[in-house]
Amino acid sequence: MKLIIDEQQVFCSTAGQKIDPRRESVVFVHGAGQDHSIWVLAGRYFARHNRNVLSVDLPGHGRSQGDPLPSISEMVDWLRSVMKAAGISQASIVGHSMGSLVALAMASQFPNEVKSVAMVATAVPMRVSDSLLAMAEANDDEAVQLLTLWGHSARAHLGGSPTPGLWMLNSSTELMRRSNPDVLFTDLSACQNYSTGLSDAGKVDCPVLLVLGERDAMTPVRATKELCDALRRPFKTVIPAAGHSLLNECPDQVLDALIPIVEGG
Amino acid sequence: MSKSKTYQFDTLTLHAGQQPDPTTGARATPIYQTSSYVFRDTDHAASIFNIERTGHVYSRITNPTNAVLEERISALDGGVGAVATASGQAALHLALVTLMGMGSHIVSSRSIYGGTHNLLSHTLPRFGIETTFVDPRDLDAIRAAIRPETRLVFGETLGNPGLEVLDIPRVSELAHEAGVPLLVDSTFTTPYLSRPLELGADIVVHSATKFLSGHGVVIGGLLVDGGKFDWEQSGKFPAMTEPYSGFHDLVFTEEFGPAAYITRARNEGGRDFGACMSAHTAFLVLQGLETLPLRMQRHVSNARKVVEFLGQQDVVEWVNYPELPSHPDYDLAKQLLPKGAGAVFSFGVKGGRAAGQRFIERLELVSHLANIGDAKSLVIHPASTTHHRMDAEALKAAGITEGLIRISIGLEDPNDLLVDLERGLRASQRT
Repeated sequence: MKLIIDEQQVFCSTAGQKIDPRRESVVFVHGAGQDHSIWVLAGRYFARHNRNVLSVDLPGHGRSQGDPLPSISEMVDWLRSVMKAAGISQASIVGHSMGSLVALAMASQFPNEVKSVAMVATAVPMRVSDSLLAMAEANDDEAVQLLTLWGHSARAHLGGSPTPGLWMLNSSTELMRRSNPDVLFTDLSACQNYSTGLSDAGKVDCPVLLVLGERDAMTPVRATKELCDALRRPFKTVIPAAGHSLLNECPDQVLDALIPIVEGG
Repeated sequence: MSKSKTYQFDTLTLHAGQQPDPTTGARATPIYQTSSYVFRDTDHAASIFNIERTGHVYSRITNPTNAVLEERISALDGGVGAVATASGQAALHLALVTLMGMGSHIVSSRSIYGGTHNLLSHTLPRFGIETTFVDPRDLDAIRAAIRPETRLVFGETLGNPGLEVLDIPRVSELAHEAGVPLLVDSTFTTPYLSRPLELGADIVVHSATKFLSGHGVVIGGLLVDGGKFDWEQSGKFPAMTEPYSGFHDLVFTEEFGPAAYITRARNEGGRDFGACMSAHTAFLVLQGLETLPLRMQRHVSNARKVVEFLGQQDVVEWVNYPELPSHPDYDLAKQLLPKGAGAVFSFGVKGGRAAGQRFIERLELVSHLANIGDAKSLVIHPASTTHHRMDAEALKAAGITEGLIRISIGLEDPNDLLVDLERGLRASQRT
């Protein structure tokens, strides 16, 4: 689906289905330097199970035009505009990494528009190392390579992709390399600068599921304790041996975790 | 050293794609000798069929043993994914038909495997796909041959049997300027000697029958996707960028990002053409890959000794090997093939075709057969075998003379090889 938001073309995958206002909806938000394609499997599942699916490309990512948005709050405003333009008034918001912060912030500010939240591979606050930010700011490909390596568990560095025949590290690297210059830096900075996460978490009334990787080196499980304490209705699933790139390493386990929160709320 | 370095090449040849078997603890990759896979329930079945969940349905499309091989070659070549096929020719066919159909055009190196020449010049025209053959060294000719309907530029890392070194960086630039990908057959070099995707190629095919498996016991092929080519920006590949009615109007570039091409190749090609690799073959190729670096080092060092020996023989008119200063691509080979220019080369014996035949028939250790890349040394006379369907003009264009002998150097003690070759050379001059 192509929409026009702020005079820029926006792409959202609907997993091959038309949006039906009578159906419940699930909105997917990708992480830093990525696009909607990380959600292809889950999106297709929920589309076949009678949900409207909207997997967005944030501005400047994937097929969406425009400059990347510099803050999580601006991403929330943009996402609301996209949902409105698509005819979706309320949805379960599922985000990966940076996208999970968008989901959290939106649920705290606009509770009537969010049925439930799933935060996949998350931490609040989501700290980014200075050296990584510096490399991203310089548009150094090393930043992409580091994110790929840190983003996968040590086990995944030797492969074993659940999707037969795909080499996860290069798939991830090539996806991020498709980003325009400055996108990765802008995204990582938005994560780093999102300082109201814990207070936002305390305002969220809807159920919030955390889907975490046991071996996630970027947003480790231990870094979610304060978030869990702050949330009113937290649920947590830890996927054994998995890293930050849960959609690459364990898409089926992620989907299994999402089904109850999306279908049941 | 880069902070972002992952496992090194030699480690990946042993481990990439495989975790110890979770059920049995088997360290070696198990051979999943099964046609099909049990679903948990009907919804699970539907979700795998509809690409909502990962998993296996039918071994024509995916198989767990093959998947290990596909990941491993992707890791070694620097690709996003791969598909294992029944043969190298099946890999090439899959590469082509995933990209194009009737009315399409290919620009191909004219110095290629004879079977590939047949496919491009005789068989594909029957399906409306035409090919223009060009000298792979002539970049202007490549540029001039590209037409609006061109959908691919194709070449081999080392031409067969002329051993022209494909200037992948520059040829890929020409292809990309025209909005089409460069497909490279990397059979002669393997990822140990050349990684075409890192040099600018977009897709790689291998005959796994050769050096990858390395022991002359299987027939197999591999298609590897670099994941870099921008199909949407090109605008010339509706199969990749427009809804596909054969898959509920799925748009591969929208749904699968960098893996769009290899996903289409698997899901359409595996389903509709079905030239899949057997799990047992995949296991044998994996066994070969585990020793690829060691074998390629020995192949190359043996080849260098044989090249030097032949160059010193009065009865040898010429030796064609890219590491020789006399080779037209000597400098390019040093640049693109720093670990060696492979172990297949050609030479000519005084006395033409008859002398060549006497040479081949007198060899004891070097086997006369139609293959390359075996652990054992092999020899053949291309004009009467692998390239015999090419007419005189095409043979001349490909640099194949009547007396040309192609040899694939194996892993024997090099001194034994020299003794055998000396015996053959002596016999070649007897009338």
